[in-house]
Amino acid sequence: MNRNLKQALFSALLVWAVAFPVLGLKLSIDGIRLVVHSQGNFTLSIIAVCSLLMFLRVLFDRQWSAVMGQRSGRKLVPPSVSNFLTLPKTQRWIILGLIVVALIWPFFGSRGAVDIATLILIYVMLGLGLNIVVGLAGLLDLGYVGFYAVGAYTYAMLSHYLGWGFWICLPIAGLMAATFGFLLGFPVLRLRGDYLAIVTLGFGEIIRLFLRNLTDWTGGPNGISNIDKPSFFGLSFERRAAEGMQTFHEYFGLPYNSINKVIFLYLVALLLALAALFVINRLLRMPIGRAWEALREDEIACRALGLNPTVIKLSAFTLGATFAGFAGSFFAARQGLVTPESFTFIESAIILAIVVLGGMGSQLGVILAAIVMILLPELMREFSEYRMLMFGAMMVLMMIWRPQGLLPMQRPHMELRR
Amino acid sequence: MSREILQVSGLSMRFGGLLAVNGVALTVKEKQVVALIGPNGAGKTTVFNCLTGFYKPSGGSILLDGQPIQGLPGHQIARRGVVRTFQNVRLFKEMTALENLLIAQHRHLNTNFFAGLFKTPNFRRSEKEAMERAAYWLEKVNLTEFANRTAGTLAYGQQRRLEIARCMMTQPRIIMLDEPAAGLNPKETEDLKALISYLRESHNLTVLLIEHDMKLVMSISDHIVVINQGTPLADGTPEQIRGNADVIKAYLGEA
Repeated sequence: MNRNLKQALFSALLVWAVAFPVLGLKLSIDGIRLVVHSQGNFTLSIIAVCSLLMFLRVLFDRQWSAVMGQRSGRKLVPPSVSNFLTLPKTQRWIILGLIVVALIWPFFGSRGAVDIATLILIYVMLGLGLNIVVGLAGLLDLGYVGFYAVGAYTYAMLSHYLGWGFWICLPIAGLMAATFGFLLGFPVLRLRGDYLAIVTLGFGEIIRLFLRNLTDWTGGPNGISNIDKPSFFGLSFERRAAEGMQTFHEYFGLPYNSINKVIFLYLVALLLALAALFVINRLLRMPIGRAWEALREDEIACRALGLNPTVIKLSAFTLGATFAGFAGSFFAARQGLVTPESFTFIESAIILAIVVLGGMGSQLGVILAAIVMILLPELMREFSEYRMLMFGAMMVLMMIWRPQGLLPMQRPHMELRR
Repeated sequence: MSREILQVSGLSMRFGGLLAVNGVALTVKEKQVVALIGPNGAGKTTVFNCLTGFYKPSGGSILLDGQPIQGLPGHQIARRGVVRTFQNVRLFKEMTALENLLIAQHRHLNTNFFAGLFKTPNFRRSEKEAMERAAYWLEKVNLTEFANRTAGTLAYGQQRRLEIARCMMTQPRIIMLDEPAAGLNPKETEDLKALISYLRESHNLTVLLIEHDMKLVMSISDHIVVINQGTPLADGTPEQIRGNADVIKAYLGEA
């Protein structure tokens, strides 16, 4: 009891120590000096109530866990439902449903909503690509954003210097990213686990800094601006077409509406994301997909069976990078501007969070996680400075509640039919 | 007399100051069953690791069909037809028994990216044949009813059999079994014996094995090599080994 009391007191003090400086004090500028104000009695009393609750919670820890123990017998989601939801067949239907929703969405949503949906689709693409590397092949890649940057800058530079269009540059950007993936993968793939993570992290940063310092070509920190948007079979979506081009609204005799452009960009993103979904879905059922998973499970056994681990890992790394390249070139086209600051480590972290939160290896999970990860910060804009705090709290809760990810997938097994 | 398929001479392996294997020599003829025996820690598994390319031997030569293979990476040696099982079974535990067998056929399948993407007829045929080969071997090792179970949930003896079947999927010429009978009951050991004879008779397989079960070793081996503390102690037919004073001393200590 004595120990409990001590711990409870300590916890209550800790609540004060954490909450008081953050919430209880306010800085304001008085002339040229910074003055510290108290936040008023209301905030202080809330902190006091919280610390009291914490005190009681720790003091009666044993009784509390006994009550919770009885309750935890019932799961929040019954196992049968959970099993049903993780079946590959169910997930395929859910994905189909999502695709239908995604197809009709832009014609009903507002302009802002369609714009956010486009952003989500970019992250879906990135998440699906990284899922190959991390979820399937089990290689922790913290520099994925580097390939995204390569894709974006490939299109930006080809468009800026040579005036090439989006649809020609898209495959080139994918190819460039794949080349970088291959070249970077070659020296690092003999490493495993933590070491690989650190080296890839370094490579991601090197690519960003390289782009930043190559001022003559990439515009340095200012980046490249005025990148052309994709065209619809040669029809532009601007109000007035450039020399020798026709605009979409003139060709079809419609009045000019700027939302057409947004919807078109959204549909292009959807097309790319669906292509990624299809390709990866097939990969899972191809020999190479099986080999990735086998390699993740036991590299030594793979070698003993004549599988070349380097080639298999490289293929995962290269293919993952290709999808980042596609996403990158689309990103450049949508923004019309690329700067090195769009490709910082935090982007890699977000993409990795999407893969992990979604449930490693699950495509539906990645899609849902991308929606959650991009939509939540947007929805919580009203909470201004508490936004990131709430976001962090939700991620912690998520890891407590579903450590295996939002919607993990049972692998699609090959069945022996008789 | 059949051809010599594997010739090892003067094989040695040094880990820092420790000479784990010193001057081991053995000759294996086609369709022979050769056993490698010796007390615990004698360096038998190290010899296996050298032969299959998991270690780079510090000295000596390994000839497969007269071609040197020492120092090649493991997957290339496996591609030349030398495959192995492991002392502690190494299956892909999260994958089904069937998938374990499919992975081992990786090299023989159509792995063209676009063929797989669009399911070309060639790709479908290749996958179908892989399934059939897998089904054939599942039946041979009596695991057909467990085809769709994840390998990690199989019983120990079944896992051992699956590992052998998985080796067979690579269409090997020499199969190296590291203590295949460890942890098996007498009935399963009998089945294993039958399986090894079957492999040799119907698939022209050469078998090299490490085993502690003397009854099994003596009954199936054509030739036995004894290693003690990394050095070769004796080799010969089972009868010669049984009567060899040095071998008895190594196993039982000084009388």
